Amino acid sequence: MRRYFLAPLVLAALLVVLLLRPELMTPLLRLLAEPGQDLIYDRKPLMTLALWHLALVGAAGLVATVIGLALGILVTRPGGAEFMTLARMASNLGQTFPPIAVLAVAVPLLGFGFEPTFLALCVYGLLPVFETTVAGLRGVSAPVREAARGMGLSGVQRLWRVELPLAMPVILTGIRLSTVINIGTATIGSTVGAVGLGEVIVAGLQSGNTAFVAQGAALVALMAICAETALRGLGRLADSGALTRA
Amino acid sequence: MSAPARRAALVYAGPALGGLALLPLLDFRANRIVGGDGVMAWAATGGSAYATALLAALALGTILSGSQVLRLALALAALALLGWMAGQGAEALMAETSEFARVSLGGGFWIAAAFLALAAADAAARIGLRAMVRIALLAGPVAALALALQTGFFDDLSILREYDANRDVFDAALAGHLRLVLGALVPALLIGLPLGWLCFACPRARAVILPVLNILQTTPSIAMFGLLMVPLGALARSYPGLRDWGVGGIGAAPAIVALALYALLPIAANTYAGLSGVPAAMREAGRGMGLSPARLLAQVELPLALPVILTGIRITVVQTIGLAAVAALIGGGGFGTLVFRGMGQAAMDLVLLGTLPIVALAIAASLAFDAMIEATARGEAA
Repeated sequence: MRRYFLAPLVLAALLVVLLLRPELMTPLLRLLAEPGQDLIYDRKPLMTLALWHLALVGAAGLVATVIGLALGILVTRPGGAEFMTLARMASNLGQTFPPIAVLAVAVPLLGFGFEPTFLALCVYGLLPVFETTVAGLRGVSAPVREAARGMGLSGVQRLWRVELPLAMPVILTGIRLSTVINIGTATIGSTVGAVGLGEVIVAGLQSGNTAFVAQGAALVALMAICAETALRGLGRLADSGALTRA
Repeated sequence: MSAPARRAALVYAGPALGGLALLPLLDFRANRIVGGDGVMAWAATGGSAYATALLAALALGTILSGSQVLRLALALAALALLGWMAGQGAEALMAETSEFARVSLGGGFWIAAAFLALAAADAAARIGLRAMVRIALLAGPVAALALALQTGFFDDLSILREYDANRDVFDAALAGHLRLVLGALVPALLIGLPLGWLCFACPRARAVILPVLNILQTTPSIAMFGLLMVPLGALARSYPGLRDWGVGGIGAAPAIVALALYALLPIAANTYAGLSGVPAAMREAGRGMGLSPARLLAQVELPLALPVILTGIRITVVQTIGLAAVAALIGGGGFGTLVFRGMGQAAMDLVLLGTLPIVALAIAASLAFDAMIEATARGEAA
């Protein structure tokens, strides 16, 4: 267990320390800023921004995972196979929409702030989860399916006790991809007024303060790498069978 | 057509009609800033009950029709009718008011247009047309749209008024966007393809290259743009001569470098995947024929890996076209300029004027690559 989660724990600790004591970054930031510029963003506590960032990504990720899983399960059932083309096309089309476009189009409908960003993150998080759910469930081999059927398991039981556990490592890859992409995309949400670490970067870009840009970028990148290693560890745990044995 | 296929057709026609029933076809505003009044598709002014009924009939036809060719034709006809209703409605609404009034496309139009287009694409996919034929088929509606724009049929819609008012900005944005995308892709290909080959030829290099590229990919785009301003700005400060080449902390240079860095992972990873997917027997056969390693690569391995490599390039191109929109934040130009300006002025039509070309470019690029991938995969099978 420990070997899977050591790296993310260390990174998370580093992130928390930097969020609570941002002045530790000043020696490095001083190299970037013009003389006389503020070095540390102090309009809001960095910890508050980071927690909002996480809440936004987490809430959207949860919604995207539930919908993506449900859709993936639906189109791989015999009755839903006809919807496969639709789902494939919609997900291909979704990838041609840049995140900023989804945000920009959502603003007039939902106003500035949390809501349009939440919507964009849901849309963007959905695609990887859906794709990997389909790939994972289709990857369950026919003999295994047959054996489950032969044991007299019902359709729901087969899905819940055989297919989903076997597909779990692949599905977790999708959730990981979706989370990492969304931590980055949430930053763009700050251009439409969502509260998050992107605020620091946008403030830096607007006032020409590279120290702000660098600290915002470093914190977001650290958060993304932290989430990436944690979910990768979870995936390895699933691979080892520890999650399914229970 | 089987019952499930009908159910799938319902998935398109249902939302298309539901969207038009619940949301306005057009939005009418007394001037550019104030809130709008929705104009439903069947409204006395700006709408048409007959056209709405005909549209409903065409959409229902896509559910009932037995053949996919007929479904395709019905969906395209419904799209054309929808376009006609929008142009006609805008003209009727504008005929009665001042020139400051604006008519923009409403939620009903967008939902109906999206689902009808999906219905047409679905039918085309089920007929099993080749990618080249699909592109040729698509040329029809695109030409019709271009003709309608040329003759001024849509000129009363506010998105075209925004275009008229911002024609210079739009042209500059198009040129800037293409420059960003091509400027990033060319170096990314020149570096990414050899990197992919290196990953394939030398496992020890792979253990370093792929994780590093992965970390680059996880860095948020907006942060990457911002961070590259630092070294490039410093470079331009120390060597002012570089400014003449466009190198600086603000502008297209940091954006192009950032986009190229993002493009490296999909190119290198797919080149590696493609090369390692070449069957060992093929490689042995080539070696047995006395091919040198260089000729083996050029004549056997690369042609066999080409479909996978092209898939990587397709992902990269689509991704770069979208990401280039963010470059506007650091003064890099491109369609993002229109998007951000529109958001700043709360002018939805200006946002759309920036967004639609990006989506159109991305779709065009992915269609072109699909055709290329299909052609190379077929060549391999022959």
